[in-house]
Amino acid sequence: MIHARGLGRRFGNKRVLAGLDLDVDRGDFLLVTGANGSGKTTLLRLIAGLIAPTAGQLEVDLDRSRLGFLGHDPLVYRELTPLENLDLYGRLYRIPERRERAGMLLERFGLWAARNESTSALSRGMLQRLALSRALLHEPDLLLLDEPFAALDAAGAELLLGELERAVPGRTIVLSSHQPERLAGRPTSRLALAAA
Amino acid sequence: MSTSLRNNGAVALALLAAVLLTLGLGLALLWAPEDADQGSSQRIFYIHVPVALTAYACFGWAAWKAFRLLWKGDERADLESYTAVHMGVIFGVLTLITGSIWAKISWGVWWTWSERQLVLFLILFLFYSAYFMLRYSTEPGPRRARTSAVYALFGAVLLPVSFLAIRLADQLLHPSPIFTRDGPQMSASMFFSFCVCLAGMLALAAALYTIELTGKRADANLRELRERLA
Amino acid sequence: MTGYLADVAALARKDLLVELRSRDTVPAMLLFVVGALVVFHFALPDDSSGLAAAGMLWIALLFTALLALVRSFVAEREGAVIDGLILAPCDRSAIWLGKTLSVVAFLIFAEAVALPAFALFYEPVSWELVAGVALADIGIASVGTLLGAMAAAARARELLLPLLFLPLAIPLVVGGVGATLAEDPARYLGFLALYDLIFAILSWASFEYVVTE
Repeated sequence: MIHARGLGRRFGNKRVLAGLDLDVDRGDFLLVTGANGSGKTTLLRLIAGLIAPTAGQLEVDLDRSRLGFLGHDPLVYRELTPLENLDLYGRLYRIPERRERAGMLLERFGLWAARNESTSALSRGMLQRLALSRALLHEPDLLLLDEPFAALDAAGAELLLGELERAVPGRTIVLSSHQPERLAGRPTSRLALAAA
Repeated sequence: MSTSLRNNGAVALALLAAVLLTLGLGLALLWAPEDADQGSSQRIFYIHVPVALTAYACFGWAAWKAFRLLWKGDERADLESYTAVHMGVIFGVLTLITGSIWAKISWGVWWTWSERQLVLFLILFLFYSAYFMLRYSTEPGPRRARTSAVYALFGAVLLPVSFLAIRLADQLLHPSPIFTRDGPQMSASMFFSFCVCLAGMLALAAALYTIELTGKRADANLRELRERLA
Repeated sequence: MTGYLADVAALARKDLLVELRSRDTVPAMLLFVVGALVVFHFALPDDSSGLAAAGMLWIALLFTALLALVRSFVAEREGAVIDGLILAPCDRSAIWLGKTLSVVAFLIFAEAVALPAFALFYEPVSWELVAGVALADIGIASVGTLLGAMAAAARARELLLPLLFLPLAIPLVVGGVGATLAEDPARYLGFLALYDLIFAILSWASFEYVVTE
């Protein structure tokens, strides 16, 4: 599903990724490790299509609507409530019965009580849980998670592990972390990035 | 195109420009008849108008290269578009200067709002100066290339729209214009001199463009090599 | 098609809702435009004609619009929220259209105060002026939203946006002042409509290239 050949990305004069070859098939769970600055975030943003490669080729055989992304920013509007945020994304992703789905996710991630509060009032952990709901809202076939455990509280981490545990048929996961121990045997393949 | 071939091209263009300009200016100053209305001051027309037309040509070329970058994804077109804008601004400033001199000679003022060509170039100068500000404050990469290209395309569209606006403004603000000037009624010999000058200016622009583009490409290649070695 | 319009509606609604909750932009615009009109009184000599006042109004409107335009993308840049929209399957041009519509709405709110204030302080407002303002709003919002996205990716974006915007706004000022003062305002209103058409289409089509990395 994801194929990269000689993939590279430069920011100004700084090369963050270079000469990367990668193959990820449907159903894989790829764990990307590496120190800070090794390009984990850049790789995930490349796959998500948020940035374009400056060298090499990258092919992602997937429509944007089937892709879920959780990065360093929660990508939610602070002035809107959690419910309004999910409603907006529900509309944009053309999710049938978006209200039910939003409600279900908010409940699953323990945000139902806060659903009508301003998002700016949420704690960091709750914000990350909301971001996770956003990423999962449209039941993506490809889930990209960039250091998801970094901003999650203990409850959130449990929920995330539970979510990763769920065997969703045909779902591919690419997860980056610099603490891979939590995931133990779940990933099917690993990629270690070295700082350029 | 290899560097040596491009260098030879640049040299050839520079020589051509030198020849044409010398010839053209000679014709303009010595051979072409004096204009009945304006006298010898009119001769600056042989520089001013070719410079203006060359500036238009540069901006048009920049817009074309910008279009190619966006449409075909031709990354090389970024430097080409940028260099063309640079050339256009240089010739634009020359247009403003020669136009100002002509206004001084003709009417005793360094600037007049009723001279449409000058006002248009002033607007274009503002617009394309902002182009450089845009480039310098955006980080190099595909995004800067695309953003610059879109802006260059806007410039090409702004040109006729501004010209129309200036005409409308003129009618509104100066219903009885104080300074009027028709294009000189050109005899055949005047027209020939003019064409030679125009060709010379275009060749000069092309030469400078090629030289600068080569330099920029070399810079980019050098940077890339340095990085690969690092 | 309906999907596209639904996206635009959702995005425009989002922008209006965000502004309603944060109340950043519109109050500032209102205060600024009235303040500018007051300053102009002291800047204009006593025997100034209606021409000067009309011109000043357009300057005030332009700079008030710049306030709105700068803000419209600052919010998205903070926390990179716009990434969420870029990831979504909607057409990127829908983002442009939604934002443009919300900017037009903000401009209308500001003008609903500015024009009566102008009529109070200086001279009556004709229907041609209102029509000119309405048409100019479309042009300002269209071009400004696109330029805002360009500037958002740059350093010193609050400085850059006015620089990018002003040359493109010159035809709008010509059209607007012309519509107010000329004997045949239809020609100037027609010119404004032409500007709107050309630059709206251009902005709509090129937004995709400017907003993605």
